[in-house]
Amino acid sequence: MSFLQQALAIAGKDLRSEIRSKETVNASLSFALVILMLFSFAFDPGSDQVREISGGLLWLVYAFAGTLILNRSFARELVNDCLDALISSPASGAQLFFGKCLANYLLLMVVECVSFPVFIIFYNARWPARWGLLFLVMLLGTWGITVIGTLFSAMTVNLRLRELMLPTLVYPMLIPALLGAIRLSTVLIAGEALETDDQIWFKLLAGFDVIFTVLSLALVEIVLVG
Amino acid sequence: MTAVAIEGVWKFYGDFPALKDISFNVDGGACLALLGRNGAGKTTLLRMLAGLSKAAKGSITILGGDARAEKTRARIGVLGHGIGVYEELSAFENLRLFARLYGIENPRQIAMEWLERTGLDRVSDGLVREFSRGMRQRLAVARAFLHNPSLLLLDEPFTALDDRAIAVLQGLLKGALAEGRTIIMSTHQLREALELATDVALINRGKLAYRGERTREMLEDPGWLYRHYGEA
Repeated sequence: MSFLQQALAIAGKDLRSEIRSKETVNASLSFALVILMLFSFAFDPGSDQVREISGGLLWLVYAFAGTLILNRSFARELVNDCLDALISSPASGAQLFFGKCLANYLLLMVVECVSFPVFIIFYNARWPARWGLLFLVMLLGTWGITVIGTLFSAMTVNLRLRELMLPTLVYPMLIPALLGAIRLSTVLIAGEALETDDQIWFKLLAGFDVIFTVLSLALVEIVLVG
Repeated sequence: MTAVAIEGVWKFYGDFPALKDISFNVDGGACLALLGRNGAGKTTLLRMLAGLSKAAKGSITILGGDARAEKTRARIGVLGHGIGVYEELSAFENLRLFARLYGIENPRQIAMEWLERTGLDRVSDGLVREFSRGMRQRLAVARAFLHNPSLLLLDEPFTALDDRAIAVLQGLLKGALAEGRTIIMSTHQLREALELATDVALINRGKLAYRGERTREMLEDPGWLYRHYGEA
């Protein structure tokens, strides 16, 4: 079987399990909506202040909600020692990792796509005129969160405090990607024109994704087997 | 032909040596009973053979290749302490998934065949979380055998099995031996293991205390090996 077929088999398994149990999407979505609601109490919706920090609010919510999905990614394999069964199969660590990334990415995108209209309503914002570009930022930023989060999910899977360790390790690593995603999202939600300088943030996001995807694929075998 | 070659293997957990300079070979077609008290290092050794962890020192060659090589793993069947099947998937979906991961050409057909062989065909669409313990164990046995492995690694395979699962497993193991496959199993159930075994290895506190053929004395008196080679 090809690399992609094996990865898709893993992703399909994760998505099927999630559709039946709904344990992480429900938790992540509820968490995202609650944080959006709480933030809306803290700031005056529709104010200039909110417009200036809209990207930051949005990506903090995505990052917080994302860790709930990412935490369960490898932890769900501990039940019945399924991780051992996967690692001892001919699927490589990279295939296993990439399959899990695909499933996590899809779940995270669902949470983001559902919570974005709620953000628009709660913060009295306008639907972005260039929503296609904003969606591209979401695609790039979310892949960064997914790749780093899935790798650290594998690293922390056997730790007792993994729920605490994962965000502690992941958020500092995500700073470059979050900076880019926050800056671009703020501009696009405010309906301002993207300046030439902003192109660098797109490049940063894309570069971050490529570098950490390649690094993670190369390192995950060591993470899983030693 | 040597199926498994273990040469000077050491394994540490922190500073604690779980395995100390273990060396032995297992011939193709043999059934090795890996014996030892709790904590002796049997599971650690089996996990290294299964490619689940690496030796700190020494080398392990399986079926002529590295334990982590994709081709080698495709020829190994592992049945560990956990059943290794997913609660939220049906019996059929579990076997089809592993058939795909093992690169089997007709995953659907093979999955259905193994569900029949293990008596689970009538509940093929049932979710594993709804299965009894015995049914789960039979499914785990099917998962370990479905790709016709040349080497079977079994960690306490008879522990907590119900009568039907024991019968299924014993039948499959006898069939595997008749077909010339190699089996390495760790167990505390000496009588069942020694009846099947052609070879025996005893590990004491991480060191190989005995390695040889299973003899008639062992079969007649399963405690013989521990009395002669076990720790005092």
